[in-house]
Amino acid sequence: MGMTITEKILAHNSGQEQIEAGEIVNAKLDGVLANDITAALAIPQLQEMGYEKVFDAERVFFVMDHFVPNSNVNAAMQCKVCRDFARASDLKYFYDVGEMGIEHVLLPEKGHVLPGDVLIGGDSHTCTYGALGAFATGVGSTDLAAGLAKGELWFKVPPSLKFIYEGKLPRYVSGKDLILYTIGQIGVDGALYKAMEFAGAAITELPMDGRFTMCNMAIEAGAKNGIIAPDEITEKYVRMRARRPCQIYTSDADANYEKVYTFDVSALEPQVAVPHLPSNARNISEVKSITLDQVIIGSCTNGRLSDLRAAAALLTGQKVHPYVRTIIIPGSQEVYLQALKEGLIEIFISAGAAVSTPTCGPCFGGHVGVLAAGEVCLSTTNRNFVGRMGHPQSAVYLASPVVAAASAIKGRVASPWEVV
Amino acid sequence: MGKAFVFGDNIDTDLIVPGKYLTLSTPAELATVCMAGLAEDFVLRISEGDIFVAGRNFGCGSSREHAPVSIKAAGVSCVIATSFARIFYRNAINIGLPVLESAGAAAGIREGDEVLVSMEKGLIINQSTDESYTFTAFPKFILEIFQAGGLVDFIKMQHK
Ligand code: SF4
Repeated sequence: MGMTITEKILAHNSGQEQIEAGEIVNAKLDGVLANDITAALAIPQLQEMGYEKVFDAERVFFVMDHFVPNSNVNAAMQCKVCRDFARASDLKYFYDVGEMGIEHVLLPEKGHVLPGDVLIGGDSHTCTYGALGAFATGVGSTDLAAGLAKGELWFKVPPSLKFIYEGKLPRYVSGKDLILYTIGQIGVDGALYKAMEFAGAAITELPMDGRFTMCNMAIEAGAKNGIIAPDEITEKYVRMRARRPCQIYTSDADANYEKVYTFDVSALEPQVAVPHLPSNARNISEVKSITLDQVIIGSCTNGRLSDLRAAAALLTGQKVHPYVRTIIIPGSQEVYLQALKEGLIEIFISAGAAVSTPTCGPCFGGHVGVLAAGEVCLSTTNRNFVGRMGHPQSAVYLASPVVAAASAIKGRVASPWEVV
Repeated sequence: MGKAFVFGDNIDTDLIVPGKYLTLSTPAELATVCMAGLAEDFVLRISEGDIFVAGRNFGCGSSREHAPVSIKAAGVSCVIATSFARIFYRNAINIGLPVLESAGAAAGIREGDEVLVSMEKGLIINQSTDESYTFTAFPKFILEIFQAGGLVDFIKMQHK
């Protein structure tokens, strides 16, 4: 029986020839990620388990990104726990203010995650790295502590769902639209406990940034991991960054899928997920005029260079609507610097947008753009749950960077075609 | 035994512990904000031993372990749902909060019903209606974690 890419990776790291969905395996971890919120919980648990150090100081990545630069005293205290621990245990890769980015933008960029890896992260969007052909999944702090201690963790091998996207994506339709559309089709628990494997002509054409966006939101359909088999685009991305060898896996032709979905995307419209679930995806032409108070362009979903380039292309020579607070957050220092060199930051500032240092900030209602009761935000982030970005009576619409840029200009949810 | 609180589908971790409270880390602090996304003072309605009952995909969203910790520390003795989001499910087991998958119980239990759970017999009993329901059994591996009192103690035992 053939295996899927997910099964092959888990088989390799658990030292087995053949595995199948439903089996419980103990897999070696190639990397363990934590952020300022989840590391702060895991560190005392690690110590309680009887460990003073992590399993490998070069395989552990701590990224201070959620409440950083520290938004209040509690956040500062929490980060201090991480900072003190990182120094005491000689963590090689500890990313703090000035060096850090949003974890899921940063780790691939730094070459810390490679094809074929098994990686866990104390953050649900760890599934982002599936775009590189790795098995990556989010865990809570206790699993995180266990992973930090032992460099291995148990997994139940997930059944795989295959999504085949046929056709060529229209202009202004991106990875974000593909994934919002997909979640709209299968629901927020449509891939619960499962692997979502993305393939097809539209994926082959999709640049790395769009692939990261898609795998990033696999968790919004309840998936354990999202994954795309590596190809030339992946190899080119990895070649510039990898500092160790990696292993390319692809699914066998006779691999077992619980279900195969095929979508023709050649006429897909930009998608908008209306409050309060990511699965409430609509064609933009069907979203009635919604007045906005804020637009956010950033996050681990859409804070990469091509996202900023796409937004800047629409904002060039334009002004954002005076009633719309437009906040643009480059996903990492590398993205920020490159955007600066390319003149994107100047375009944003001239358009009347604010540009922030990399941070999760408003994405989870933490800081840098929290919403008041009754306010409405359109955001390139990944969740629009009740209260996600602030007051329980605020509302969030999810969309791509081009929809966000057009909406910022118009002061309401708008299609990119309205401003070009 | 405890009284049931009944929720719908897709109760996410931002409702259970909103993002602004993620600078809290001790169980005692987290207990005070349990379900604050629904009502800031929700915790005042909970008595020791009460039970949460929900529909599909309970605990979806972020990986924050603050969510099951907050529910447990607020005095809730177990969560019954048609299905759970996977990270929440693992987290709950790891910290010793029983999470039971039972579509029958989720459909049959009403707000305020008195509910008794027998982990040994694998039964959920609704004392208000005299109905009983079974729940999906745990794999052996997970029962071992439960028996150790959670993953921290499980690993501590192995490490010794
Ligand atoms: S940007 Fe948002 S979704 Fe991504 S890691 Fe940060 S808080 Fe989580």
